[in-house]
Amino acid sequence: MTNVLITIPLLIPLITALGSLFFWKRDYAQKILYLLGSSLTLAGSVCLLWITHQEGIVSMHIGNFQPPFAITLVSDLFSALMIVATAILGFLIFFYAEADRSITNNHVRYAFYPALMFMLLGIMGSFLTADIFNLYVWFEVMLVGSFALLTLGGEREQLEGSIKYVTINFIASAILLAGIGVLYGISGSTNMADLSIFFREENESPLVYIAAIFFLLSFGIKSAIFPLFFWLPATYHTPPVAVSAIIAGLLTKVGVYALIRTFTIIIPIETAFFQNLMLTIAALTMLVGVLGAVAQFDFRKLLAFHIISQIGYMVMGLAIYTPLAVAGAIFFILHNILVKTNLFFISGIVYNKEGTFSLKKLGGYYKKHPFISLLFFISAFSLAGIPPLSGFWGKYYLARAGLDAEQYIVVAVSLVTGLLTLFSMAKIWRYVFWRQKPQTDEILADAKYNEKQSITGMLFSSVALSFLVICLSLFPEPLVQLTQRAADQLFQRDAYIEAVLNINTEHEMD
Amino acid sequence: MEIILPVITGFLYAVGLFFMMHRSFIKLIIGIIIFAHASNLFLFVASDIARNAVPFIDPQVEASFGEMADPLPQAMILTAIVIGLGIQAFAIVLLKRVYYVVETSDLDALNKTDQLTHD
Repeated sequence: MTNVLITIPLLIPLITALGSLFFWKRDYAQKILYLLGSSLTLAGSVCLLWITHQEGIVSMHIGNFQPPFAITLVSDLFSALMIVATAILGFLIFFYAEADRSITNNHVRYAFYPALMFMLLGIMGSFLTADIFNLYVWFEVMLVGSFALLTLGGEREQLEGSIKYVTINFIASAILLAGIGVLYGISGSTNMADLSIFFREENESPLVYIAAIFFLLSFGIKSAIFPLFFWLPATYHTPPVAVSAIIAGLLTKVGVYALIRTFTIIIPIETAFFQNLMLTIAALTMLVGVLGAVAQFDFRKLLAFHIISQIGYMVMGLAIYTPLAVAGAIFFILHNILVKTNLFFISGIVYNKEGTFSLKKLGGYYKKHPFISLLFFISAFSLAGIPPLSGFWGKYYLARAGLDAEQYIVVAVSLVTGLLTLFSMAKIWRYVFWRQKPQTDEILADAKYNEKQSITGMLFSSVALSFLVICLSLFPEPLVQLTQRAADQLFQRDAYIEAVLNINTEHEMD
Repeated sequence: MEIILPVITGFLYAVGLFFMMHRSFIKLIIGIIIFAHASNLFLFVASDIARNAVPFIDPQVEASFGEMADPLPQAMILTAIVIGLGIQAFAIVLLKRVYYVVETSDLDALNKTDQLTHD
């Protein structure tokens, strides 16, 4: 099934990003281009999801080379869902960044929007590619964009954080490259479908495990699983809020996407040792992340630690390794992208009004701004998995899959983690929203953050995300079905192989 | 060659990591660069120096080129080198910038973002 539509989520960001480089230092033109580009991308992504939903897996061979030599773009339901989530954030972040005072004119003038667009391009590319070396290239596009976003502004803390971020990501990329080398050495191919056929027929070579460990390490660093997460809480709270929000919402999930893609389609490893390893990693990631969060007294740092904990749930879905569990993981990823970004959005709204992220200095928000409190309430308790909010459905499917597969320990850990998540969200609720604001004589150093700040754009983005979360909470059924079909596509690899290689697998097997 | 290259690759990995563990900015940069070279060489060695079939040759033509290196890993390494170059350049500029802002070239001094804030 060939369809040109699949190139839309790549071409539009590419053209927009390159185009806005021609308007260097002309912020107005860059903003218009970004708004135009991101809304077109969103429209194209939704169309792509619709086509994928209607017609099955869509693929396209760039330059009409014959597969497996062509670079193939492929969109199954998993990719398409992730792309839509990315496009939604890419669109909403514009209004937020517009109103956010921590994004100054200088940021915009020095290529804030083009860098953002390049990062989105890299993310879209990682979701669409069917070639593992190409995946590496898209990862780098994404990373360079995120490097630029993280360092833009050049505050001391930002620079400190980005050194760690750049170094660790560079190492992760080098490890990924090594893994690709091993895979190519065994099979002589980098095409995911080709590899899938190869490893279905002969999974004997012990080198496969070396490749698997390379991929686990590399994607593990990028998605911040235990024990490779230390760079994340050192980095994610340093840039302007709009940047933290989109990076926190998307980048680690790209790592998880790559993990799921690798270990379902390309090298399905079904040994007990590997499954136990993944289950242990998942359980520890959940626990350590949430315990780290409980200790924090900085709004954004607390949220940053929570990302790690939530990654644990996604890895748990992969570790249980049944279609239901992976479907739960996909649902959880989508829910988490919306909720996590929204929580960062709200921390930014509070920051724009108060000029601080410190929980000990904040207070009295419930009385002053009941609506903002409501937005926080929805997202925070959805993150904790309180029914009927969207986090509950994600956790419900994960727990059910875990019980079906008789993995009681990891299910127990996930439930305890849910409780601790609730506790840490209640901590923010108590400090920022519920109690009286502590009296201090301290005058804010930065006068641009104050109570009279107009936050319409930020509120718009946050309300839109909250609306999506509520939709997901009250009507989870369509998305649950979509994710279940997506997981089936990952486990029954024939459709994917047929779409990528343009062949009929039954002939191939005969 | 086929015995020397793996040894060199391992050595480069070790040297790269060794330099990265140091506290100095300059050594971090050197470490990053050497580590990148190590992984490029690894890709070259791991994907076999000369074995796999050449992808773009008409099967009907009787190819009498003798043993021929697979060009695909070389193309991949070329891509990786270019990407690595970009990131290394970025890292150098970043470290210079950090040096001006923080006024130290000691990586251990950069622990502010890791600390628990209690204010």
